[in-house]
Amino acid sequence: MASYRIYIIIWGALLVLTGVTWGVSYINLGMGNVAVALLIASVKASLVALFFMHLRYESKLVWAFALFPLFFLALIIGGTLSDTLFR
Amino acid sequence: MTETNHSTTEHHAPGMEAAKLGIWTFLATEVLLFGGLFTAYTVFRIRYPELFHAEHLKLNRVLGLVNTGILITSSLTMALGIAAIRQGKQKLLQRCLLLTILLAGCFLGVKYLEYSEKFHHGLRPGTNLFFALYFMMTGLHGLHVIGGMAVLAAMLIMARQGRFSEDYHTPVEISGLYWHFVDLVWIYLFPLLYLTG
Repeated sequence: MASYRIYIIIWGALLVLTGVTWGVSYINLGMGNVAVALLIASVKASLVALFFMHLRYESKLVWAFALFPLFFLALIIGGTLSDTLFR
Repeated sequence: MTETNHSTTEHHAPGMEAAKLGIWTFLATEVLLFGGLFTAYTVFRIRYPELFHAEHLKLNRVLGLVNTGILITSSLTMALGIAAIRQGKQKLLQRCLLLTILLAGCFLGVKYLEYSEKFHHGLRPGTNLFFALYFMMTGLHGLHVIGGMAVLAAMLIMARQGRFSEDYHTPVEISGLYWHFVDLVWIYLFPLLYLTG
């Protein structure tokens, strides 16, 4: 039942990380709050993608299909900010 | 055929690889759909930091936390269901799918409580920029939860008809990827809307 166990471990890790990000939100770190929140969210997202979505076991082709939208997302956000921040 | 044995834990049903590329391509369009809203959030948050800080305090962090837990748990039951059918365990798959659908219902129930509380206090999509984004982003996400429940219900019906087995369960795998994506979006929505202002 090793396959079930890994999912339960990941689930536990996700719940702990959720608790941490929730707890940290009550401490005022200024801009640090956003950084911590985004960092923890990205760790959680990676765990979900790698284990629950099985990306860990996938071919390079599937990886490419999974990652290319992130490039476009960065392009949209970066491109928009390069306009609105320096107008 | 160069595509052999890149995967160690799965059985290869015909078309599985193609189906996966298909759903990941669909998910790419979804990333960009939500991406537009995340961009709007970023731009306005940088422009009106005081407004975002004052308004985000009106959201209920505890309910947001509970809902995050519910959605993460529903992702677990989905993953366990797929692990079950990979070993040909049809009954366990059915139970997992049912649990996933019930948890999705709980998520929407909590969301309903939150929305009605906000409306009761006169906080509507038109109230200000923060609540416009809050309702737009969580609303679009909520529609995805409803869509996911419909897909999972279809999977449950097919599972009860005995359509899935150790050798063939591509639709369950594909639905699972969609469901985990819905969870992924919430993993970012929760801290951005509820926790950082």
